[in-house]
Amino acid sequence: MMIFWCLIMNYSGFKIFWEGLTGNKGWKKAWREPNPKKEYDVIIIGGGGHGLSTAYYLSNRFNVNNVAVLEKGWLGSGNIGRNTTIIRSNYLLPENQPFYELSLKLWENLENDTNYNSMVSQRGVLNLFHSDGQRDAFVRRGNAMILSGADANLLNENELKKMCPYLDYQNARFPIKGALLQKRGGTVRHDAVAWGYARGADVKGVDIIQNCEVEGFIIKNGKCVGVETNKGIIKAKKIASCVAGSSSKLMSKAGIRLPIESHVLQAFVSEGLKPVLDNVITFGAGHFYVSQSDKGGLVFGGDIDGYNSYAQRGNLPVVEDVCEGGMAIMPMIGRARLLRMWGGIMDMSMDGSPFIDKTHINGLYFNGGWCYGGFKATPASGYCYAHLLAKDEPHPVARDFKLDRFIKGKIIDEKGQGAQPNLH
Amino acid sequence: MYRTKTGGLINRKKVLNFSFNGKNLKGLEGDTLSSALLGNGIHLVGRSFKYHRPRGIFTSGSEEPSALVQLDEKKFTEPNIRATTVKLFDGLVANSQNHFGSLSWDFMRINDYLSNFLSAGFYYKTFMWPKAFWEKVYEPIIRNAAGLGKLSKEPDPSIYDKGFLHCDLLVIGAGPSGLYSALIAARTGAKVIIVDEDFTLGGSLNGEKLEINGGLCTDWLGTILSELTSFKNVRLMPKTTLYGSFDHGIYGALEIRNYNSRDNLKKPRHILWKIYSKFSVLCTGALERSILFENNDLPGIMLSKSMRHYCNRWGVIPGQHISIYTNNDDGWETAKDLKEAGCNVICIIDQRPDINPPIKNIDYVLGRKIAKAYGNLRISSIKLDNGKIIKTDCLAVSGGFNPNLHLTCHQRGRPKWDELNHCFIPNNPPKNMSVIGAANGIFNYQDIFKDSKIKLTKILQNLGHKKVSIEEVKISNRVYKVSPFPKNIPEGKVWVDLQNDVTVKDIKLAVHEGFHSVELLKRYTTLGMATDQGKNSNVLGLSILSVIKNKPMDEVGTTIFRPPFTPVPIGAFAGRSRGKHFKPFRLTPSHNWAKSNNAVFVEAGNWLRAQWFPLKGEKTWRESVDREVIQTRTNVGICDVTTLGKIDIKGKDAGAFLNFVYANNFGKLPIGKVRYGLMLRDDGIAFDDGTTARFSENHFVMTTTTANAVTVFRHLEFCKQCLNPDWDVHLISTTDHWAQFAVAGPKSRKLLQEICDPKIDISNDKFPFMACGEINVLKGIPARLFRISFSGELAYEIAIPRRYADFFIKEISEIGKKYNLVPYGTEALGVMRIEKGHAAGNELNGQTTANNLGLGKMVSKLNDCIGNTMSEREELNKENTLKLVGFIPTNKNQSLVAGSHFIEKGQTENLENDQGWMSSVAFSPMLKHSIGLGYIIRGNQRYGEKVHAVNPLRKEIIEVEIHSPHFYDPEGELLRG
Amino acid sequence: MIIQHPDLGPRDSSEFVYKGDAELLFRPKRTENTDQKIFHDYLYLRNNPAGKHCELWYHEYGDRSWLVVTRDTTNHEILKVEHVEDYIKSYKAK
Repeated sequence: MMIFWCLIMNYSGFKIFWEGLTGNKGWKKAWREPNPKKEYDVIIIGGGGHGLSTAYYLSNRFNVNNVAVLEKGWLGSGNIGRNTTIIRSNYLLPENQPFYELSLKLWENLENDTNYNSMVSQRGVLNLFHSDGQRDAFVRRGNAMILSGADANLLNENELKKMCPYLDYQNARFPIKGALLQKRGGTVRHDAVAWGYARGADVKGVDIIQNCEVEGFIIKNGKCVGVETNKGIIKAKKIASCVAGSSSKLMSKAGIRLPIESHVLQAFVSEGLKPVLDNVITFGAGHFYVSQSDKGGLVFGGDIDGYNSYAQRGNLPVVEDVCEGGMAIMPMIGRARLLRMWGGIMDMSMDGSPFIDKTHINGLYFNGGWCYGGFKATPASGYCYAHLLAKDEPHPVARDFKLDRFIKGKIIDEKGQGAQPNLH
Repeated sequence: MYRTKTGGLINRKKVLNFSFNGKNLKGLEGDTLSSALLGNGIHLVGRSFKYHRPRGIFTSGSEEPSALVQLDEKKFTEPNIRATTVKLFDGLVANSQNHFGSLSWDFMRINDYLSNFLSAGFYYKTFMWPKAFWEKVYEPIIRNAAGLGKLSKEPDPSIYDKGFLHCDLLVIGAGPSGLYSALIAARTGAKVIIVDEDFTLGGSLNGEKLEINGGLCTDWLGTILSELTSFKNVRLMPKTTLYGSFDHGIYGALEIRNYNSRDNLKKPRHILWKIYSKFSVLCTGALERSILFENNDLPGIMLSKSMRHYCNRWGVIPGQHISIYTNNDDGWETAKDLKEAGCNVICIIDQRPDINPPIKNIDYVLGRKIAKAYGNLRISSIKLDNGKIIKTDCLAVSGGFNPNLHLTCHQRGRPKWDELNHCFIPNNPPKNMSVIGAANGIFNYQDIFKDSKIKLTKILQNLGHKKVSIEEVKISNRVYKVSPFPKNIPEGKVWVDLQNDVTVKDIKLAVHEGFHSVELLKRYTTLGMATDQGKNSNVLGLSILSVIKNKPMDEVGTTIFRPPFTPVPIGAFAGRSRGKHFKPFRLTPSHNWAKSNNAVFVEAGNWLRAQWFPLKGEKTWRESVDREVIQTRTNVGICDVTTLGKIDIKGKDAGAFLNFVYANNFGKLPIGKVRYGLMLRDDGIAFDDGTTARFSENHFVMTTTTANAVTVFRHLEFCKQCLNPDWDVHLISTTDHWAQFAVAGPKSRKLLQEICDPKIDISNDKFPFMACGEINVLKGIPARLFRISFSGELAYEIAIPRRYADFFIKEISEIGKKYNLVPYGTEALGVMRIEKGHAAGNELNGQTTANNLGLGKMVSKLNDCIGNTMSEREELNKENTLKLVGFIPTNKNQSLVAGSHFIEKGQTENLENDQGWMSSVAFSPMLKHSIGLGYIIRGNQRYGEKVHAVNPLRKEIIEVEIHSPHFYDPEGELLRG
Repeated sequence: MIIQHPDLGPRDSSEFVYKGDAELLFRPKRTENTDQKIFHDYLYLRNNPAGKHCELWYHEYGDRSWLVVTRDTTNHEILKVEHVEDYIKSYKAK
């Protein structure tokens, strides 16, 4: 009986079969749509990927269930719904690598965790190199990855040719000499991540409240005790900001200036095509990365537009730059057609690395600054933020993501670009 | 019998041969691929995405969701081409896509029969067990089944070009409102551009039998086009799709030059235009929408206006027993025109019960709905909601019109619902764009002309153009009245999105599961995410949502369209920037000479530099490089170092300026001297290094690294203009104006003495290490001479105006023969700098401080200079900080690997024990073993200690000894000699 | 985007390089007891407004002038373009 109940409640092939036979009438709502209570233990502001994953891990791993997620728009309407779906942990610096490796491990078990098929697909992430200096930097990075327990492979030109025969080895302006490969990297169906976490948090009693915009913080004697929203005042012991892209806008309501600029990153998808690309490929001498979705579209992107923007749309120079990069390494895509372009707003931080930290206001916590690397961080960001919220101690792999690191000089600058957000 | 005898814009005398799925067919000049297929009686042209249901030709325009074909073959093949937009050409080859088996017997059709198990979002709920099966079994199957057409996997053989256009007024769409607007503007003398995606200008006028000013509308069209063509200030651009609207009046457009991409292979196939406009008018008309009923996706079902246009413009008889289903007046226009053309229209079904039929000589049913269509590969009959069955092989549907407002959304404008005409209309279009006519929800032709005139008069006046007279247009009156969306939900398999197979059931399920916000619905069901971006499906889907949620349409909301309007080839966006032309080449002044000396070149940014100069018989690059190093160190070598950034700095405050931008002091640099300079970023991290020479009190010459030449110059301009605007400092980049050569080696002075003006004394006394001066060489070429050394030898760098460089390098190599002068490339340069322990790009990677580099003492403590304050931060000055040192392998036969990490011997290879990394390595031909530079914790205090350099990528461990970074001539005696 | 250069007229934004908030013009001076925090706030913290934003653009593929562009970050509309000197003057006058 129990087994039967599980089969009927959970998502599974059996459940699909059962519902198919019975007219798809037994599906439940994926989540409730509650009205906000007066008070919670934790309020998470932002119902995007990171906010929902924080709620999920708080309720599923840290036993904190009296939680609300306040979302201004619809669930998953932030960058979780507009990214290019890549996951990887090919980071160099010791402050970053273990964090992204934890994330990758959580991705690897996500379906089992959430009982939701987010289509984690470890197709392999290739970073091409085009010069000896770049190769040296990738060897350093690949070794750093292995030292901290991740996987990495260095491919020479011949090994790469076997994997990706369609790259332009003959006529490229910057010769393709090899690649750093992370086999465990890959892609995920991005929206499903938000839905899976939302459903998993909802089951544990987390209130996900959509169309609920935070208009201000209630701060008493240096302590944040609640928020003012369009649905009234909601109190909480801990308030957790999780609105990357709009972090400065939100935190300014608490009088906090952040080491962050908001920039627009464009992304592109082609019309559906039969399979041509197995891996995620990143060009090393231009701005271009690409993968092919299960639906067949080439999902690709490149650099940010480069100017402060909250407009969620970009301009042509970057579109051209990205397509030039694509044609430079894989001229077979010339006749694939760009179907749709869109933009997301990134929290570009001053060293290209994120923040998961308490603020100087008691009870107010901050998660942001993900630059354009937020998607792959979704599970670990939620997990570590949940850890911080539940225990008031940073998780060991996220301990350096502090807001005061620039005062101390503990900068985490993967690209070595300095305090110039649009170059990270 | 698929064509009328007369009429239309086709040339019946010019027959074109083409093939579809291997079958040879005939079409006519003026046809599109879709009209030609219909002209052969072919409706079935493809398969849908998920259920592999048969698909026919649904529209006559670029919004086509169903008739997607694979055009051409081999490397010319192009997927997902809308048959409705290709102008037929002789020899066209097209094939249907996305079926396993033949088009008429597709094995994957099984999905259709299993559709109960494949409901919206089913894949999120299954394929999770066993875990490994997702990637190994399920996903590959899904990937192969998904997708539409195929890429050839060969490089795109076509050429794409780009162009720029400027105008006062951009008219988007050359239908009645567009042409009329353009004419008004043209007469004022304004610079006008008219773009239209069709190969024949005229828009709906090409497919309608309207009367204008008492004559045929096509006659009026002819007159207006010939007047427009006569204006010099007007550019008519057919075959040009305006695909996107961007900031500040910038528009993107794609012009099709060749429908047959095998034509004129050396000329561009497409041109991607950027149009800069002061103002634009959107005259894109409206798109018809379908009606929801069971099996409304069968081939043979087509939009009513499209069917009318196929008949009127292309003389197509779309079926032998045609029926029409409408909820507005448009269906009746179709009936009228089809009948006039001699088609057999058997019945018209109008949902509206209380209308007065505009034509009488036809069977009609009022106030009824179609419940279901029947048929397999083509519609065969329909059943009305009263049970009546009508046999038919072709059904026109008209569910009303949606303004074609795509472009008003590109800057995130969100349309609003219009209760009068039951459609979304533009709400907040981009600045300086006006929407005219049907695109703005005005469906009566007479009103459209009025709308054009009023708006254009105002726009032109605002642009500063004089008023002109324009004659009124009298056009046959057509009423447009449409019934609202029904308040019930149709039963059975009812298609909302024909391409992605989103049915009414899917929407119901999604809403039921909580995905009822418009955006969630779109993402969960894929509604509107097909290649038509929801032009056909969005509003239908919203109408269902509105019924389920019991909310009016304006509260349901809508998603917005993104650029591009129709898909644009990636190749067109890249234009000529591909292959070797991806980025421009920068060539050094000695490039031709180096080429003639057999140099191997390497990319350094956009530069091509000589990497080494192989001699006959040398088998490996190492042989050449070793020889270049040894010969330089024993005799003399020459290397083109023009790529270094060179900046002239002049002005009374130039000294103070250098003190500000460098971390070390420059103000007291004597005239005639050079100094090494370390530049920090303001966050205290090392930015760049180089030398700066002082030629006079107020004149300095700076060099930067090759990689940072541009960013350093930008930074200096910032420091000058933004941070010290009052200082008297003038900067100019002279990188391209001065050629510069390093002349290094014990015999370098002797060689230079031979070319220098004999009056100039460059003896060690008069021109010691770090001296500089303005001289002339080779009988009068002005030059700048610097006694600086990157190689560690007695060495000079000599700069001469670029135009003499080729002459110079030829002369000096001739004269140098007696000193055994050797040209050396960047590899030998690199080897010699590693032998000397000089930092370069691998060390100056934007993550290291002066302290790490061992240059901490150079940083000024007193002055305010860029970066010194922040370089003093706590974490950057910790006890166990990384230091740049040298490394030699204990076993001298082993080769070091750059990118290795250092682990203390006996410790586990993991992150905690990671002590640093090897940044650069080389084989030292002088020491006869491998040497390396690298950063290791407290390295400067650990000389002689042995550690492991590990390279887990290749599973290598090499024992190395920590060494001073100065491997060769550590005391620097040679360079001072 | 198009930037109305005060001397050169309308110019495509791709001729320019973007730096950031015009507050970067007001760099603190190092004195004997310079507080690193002042430099930290200058270098690292940003108002990052959603709305009117004064920002630095460098006409790199043009006349090499640094300009202050006042632009709305929510819709990219440009309200004003000035030379740095003029901006500083009017800023200080305020």
